[in-house]
Amino acid sequence: MLALERIHLTYNPGTVREMGLFRDFSLDVPQGQYLSVVGSNGSGKTSMLNLLCGSLMPDAGRVLMAGKDITGQSEHVRARNIGRIHQNPAMGSCAGMSILENLALSGSKQKKMNLLPAVDRKQVARYKEMLAPLGLGLENMLEARAGNLSGGQRQALALIMAAMTPISCLILDEHTAALDPKTADTIMHLTDSLIHEKGITAIMVTHNLRYALDYGNRIVMMHQGQIVLDESDENKQALRLEKVLGLFNEISVECGN
Amino acid sequence: MQILSSFALALPSAVEQGLLYAVMALGVMITYLVLDFPDLTVDGSFPLGAVVSARLILAGTNPLLAMAASALAGALAGLVTGLIHVKLKVRDLFSGIIVMTALYSINLRLAGDSALLSLPRTSITLLRNNPVADILPRGYSTLIIALFAVFAVKVLLDLFFKTRAGFLLRAAGDNPQMVTALARDKGQVKILGLMIANALVALSGGLVAQEQRMFEISMGTGAMVLSLASVILGVNLLGKIEKMSVTLKVIIGAVLYKISVAFAIACGLKPGDLKVVTAALFLLILAAGLFPKGGKKHAGP
Ligand SMILES: Nc1ncnc2c1ncn2[C@@H]1O[C@H](COP(=O)(O)OP(=O)(O)O)[C@@H](O)[C@H]1O
Ligand SMILES: [Mg+2]
Repeated sequence: MLALERIHLTYNPGTVREMGLFRDFSLDVPQGQYLSVVGSNGSGKTSMLNLLCGSLMPDAGRVLMAGKDITGQSEHVRARNIGRIHQNPAMGSCAGMSILENLALSGSKQKKMNLLPAVDRKQVARYKEMLAPLGLGLENMLEARAGNLSGGQRQALALIMAAMTPISCLILDEHTAALDPKTADTIMHLTDSLIHEKGITAIMVTHNLRYALDYGNRIVMMHQGQIVLDESDENKQALRLEKVLGLFNEISVECGN
Repeated sequence: MQILSSFALALPSAVEQGLLYAVMALGVMITYLVLDFPDLTVDGSFPLGAVVSARLILAGTNPLLAMAASALAGALAGLVTGLIHVKLKVRDLFSGIIVMTALYSINLRLAGDSALLSLPRTSITLLRNNPVADILPRGYSTLIIALFAVFAVKVLLDLFFKTRAGFLLRAAGDNPQMVTALARDKGQVKILGLMIANALVALSGGLVAQEQRMFEISMGTGAMVLSLASVILGVNLLGKIEKMSVTLKVIIGAVLYKISVAFAIACGLKPGDLKVVTAALFLLILAAGLFPKGGKKHAGP
């Protein structure tokens, strides 16, 4: 579904801060795959997602979506098919707009930018139906400003908003890292059911090795712009936390983390 | 005592002026508060609106049509600034300065190579010598029409912010990343905002020209700072009142601003000193820490 092919990427080329991150990096995520990505800080996970989403252009190599070369396609065009959730829950909605307005906003994603009323009151029942299963009480506070929500509530809203219109890929960048453990579990659970329910391809970067092993059908570990572990299906299920943790500590020590 | 009496005398006209300039402040509110774009096009699009209206009124055009033409001209100026910024990737401040500079010459040309255009006392404008003004109480007719015009713009703007296009504009100011996530070109939304903003600015210029029955080439100098001061004044002074819409706060801010200027003049300042008063007031607002907070957070690239 999404693929990076022989990517080269150097940050700040020709300066003292020059940093070669990717040299001939490839990753293929087939349709329907649910991939967990782990790796030390600075191993290039976010950069990899940026390349996929189009917020970063490679120096060489290709980005493919459903077999089509989208290397030159801008970020907002790719966003028609890709939903992205960031670590910071504030990135996924508009602080000054109410929950209702935010939902209306994301509901108009594939529609024309025109002078029709943005909020359709007839949709309120549907919005409530979408929010109620979260168990966060959002369905009873549609008029509340998104900026006044807690981190967990706001991240849940972001997830709902991203998956409201049909997308083929969901990209998650440490989207539970800013939350307390209990809220993180709630959001992780919601994410998982959303991915299964909609049958979307998902790439989830996480610092939580437990999540990486428990969720998804493939795991990739990155280190200094390279893939150092890549297991799918039964092989992934056979992986023990201790083994992954051991490998993780090995590479972390190596880069002084 | 004399200060007070001359201030009282100037008050009605100050309120009237404030209302007409409030339309411009509403435009600047869009670029500054919503889009976080320091748009200097304003200093050129305000006189642009004025000269368009003045010329059309001189030619006997219906004042309402003249207003529409002013707004359209302003939208065009905003479009050019937007295209320069978005397509040619010129910095926001410079894009505005380029268009502002070009507009100086264009305005002069539109005025028939004259720095000053005066309309005869008998000309029919939106605020004077028209059937509506004739039935309104004498001495208050311009004030009432100005009030009506400003509130018409306010209501339309409030309605616009509830449309799909308006939502995108609000999203662009709130969280630019969201616009991309919604599969929209951030640049397009910016251009749309600049067009609407400068349409309002030029509309304001047209209103002022029709009220004062003149166009003067330098009437736009300091327009952006003046509007910004109005926006900041209104939004901060009335910030606590949650129920009041931002558009109303901006209108009140513009009126308060003009009243302060009238007071400064009553205290003995000459009209020529106005720009220094504008600058000083603006500085005061900034130094007093009245700058809007929390409005602009930049989501990283
Ligand atoms: N915009 C940037 N400019 C320069 N260097 C960057 C930039 N973004 C990331 N880097 C560098 O690239 C490396 C990988 O960063 P990143 O992709 O954010 O890693 P991760 O998400 O795995 O922590 C880091 O060393 C980081 O300093
Ligand atoms: Mg990262």
